[in-house]
Amino acid sequence: MDGQVLLPPNIEDIPPPGLALVEELDKLLLVQLRDGRKIIGTLRSFDQFANLVLQGAKERIIVGTQYAEIPLGLHVVRGENVVLLGELDLAREPPAGLELVSEAAIKQAQRAEREADKMKGTLRARFDFLDDI
Amino acid sequence: MLFYSYFKTLVGKEVTVELKNDLAITGTLHSVDQYLNIKLNNIRVVNEQKYPHMLSVRACFVRGSVVRFILLPPGSVDVELLHDATRREARGG
Repeated sequence: MDGQVLLPPNIEDIPPPGLALVEELDKLLLVQLRDGRKIIGTLRSFDQFANLVLQGAKERIIVGTQYAEIPLGLHVVRGENVVLLGELDLAREPPAGLELVSEAAIKQAQRAEREADKMKGTLRARFDFLDDI
Repeated sequence: MLFYSYFKTLVGKEVTVELKNDLAITGTLHSVDQYLNIKLNNIRVVNEQKYPHMLSVRACFVRGSVVRFILLPPGSVDVELLHDATRREARGG
């Protein structure tokens, strides 16, 4: 980088933001949302905000070593909720070490996990006084 | 535009991107745009056990707005160069 000058780019040379997503069109993607949900679907359209149109969308729920997929159909995702998206490598699908279970089973596991988290929270709150000792 | 230009010089280098949801991803910088949206290749998630859903993803697009930090390869920052460019930008190009 020595002796170089960092020049501002020529305005015509700047690709419109989000254009990198053209490479993902018509591919099966995993989209992670801001609330932690993961959606799998085929990217059919997008714009500069990363608003996405996903065809044949499914929500993938993972709890511990179990996972399930819930069909959602055609989905439009508002860009602000997108954290990241990546093409699913079919050679690595389904994810190793995870076991496919039914929708009912995963919902139950999810509830149990939430309960456990809540319990942890209240226990921590109850023992807060220990921090001051 | 300065950081856009700067990140463009890092294309092809290995960077670690830490997101606002604490997910940290290491990968080769493939592209960057005006919003500092980032594309990474050959990704590896730091603390992979905690994020098993990322195991089947090898390249990803990260929305610029969710990035907290970008850890750069050592020696990739030429401070003089950035100083110069910053002054030039402050003067209005």
